[in-house]
Amino acid sequence: MLSVMDPDSELLLRLRSGDEQAFVSLVARYHEPMLQLAASFVPNRAVAEEVVQDTWLAVLRGLDGFEGRSSLKTWLFRILVNRARSTGTREQRSIPVADPEPAVDPSRFDASGGWGDPPERWIEAAEVRMQAGKLADRIRARIGELPARQREVVLLRDVEGMSSEEVCAILALTEVNQRVLLHRGRSRLRQLFEDEFREVR
Amino acid sequence: MRILAFRSRDLVCQQAVELVTGYLEGTLSRSARRRFEAHLAGCPHCTEYLAQMRETISLTGRLTPEDLSPQMRDEFVDLYRRWRSEQQ
Repeated sequence: MLSVMDPDSELLLRLRSGDEQAFVSLVARYHEPMLQLAASFVPNRAVAEEVVQDTWLAVLRGLDGFEGRSSLKTWLFRILVNRARSTGTREQRSIPVADPEPAVDPSRFDASGGWGDPPERWIEAAEVRMQAGKLADRIRARIGELPARQREVVLLRDVEGMSSEEVCAILALTEVNQRVLLHRGRSRLRQLFEDEFREVR
Repeated sequence: MRILAFRSRDLVCQQAVELVTGYLEGTLSRSARRRFEAHLAGCPHCTEYLAQMRETISLTGRLTPEDLSPQMRDEFVDLYRRWRSEQQ
């Protein structure tokens, strides 16, 4: 059944009717996010680019067989991740829960577990710079500093705005592990933003 | 005794920061959610922390992909045309 909720459904119709510009629009929308995600599975940028190129060809070849049981976007990312996984040389992934990582450096709390060194304010400073259009590259760079598995979840959940169900399907994660990775990724990113944007005292 | 029992169930800040994602995802139990909200009501630092986690999500959510370069656009038009001709 074709999902009427899919924001890309019009693009899909045009693609199936052989509209070249629809393909270019799809590439313009998803090429860079796919490249970022692929990069976390494979050793270098050149290999990531190959994986994404292969994915686009697989998408064209698979269009007729795509049944719309997931959104077009989820389908694209699943093809990508499957290819990146089979190409990547990363070791077998361990279960993230087995390796505890606190959201905040324990040294910032006092002996009773209250804040000793409380969060420094940075929201206003970040907003001013965001509105001036000077922040996107810095944010991308900070996301790039996250450990690979946290980065994958943050890219799909928070940058791409996908649901936890979609992300679990794309990355083959359980609901709990997805949430653990999201929690660690967002917590680390908050710390990186605090370090970058806090007012100089 | 009642007061002591109640106090032992109170969250400290170091525990509260670990509940933020569950809170935002709506996956906390009702009692955990209540304890988290009760902690926030009395803790400006954790309230600020939650606001910063929301801001973190908001900043990353505002990233948009950069435009394809004209050269890349041409490459993908080529890819598309090669694929079409394969199909004939």
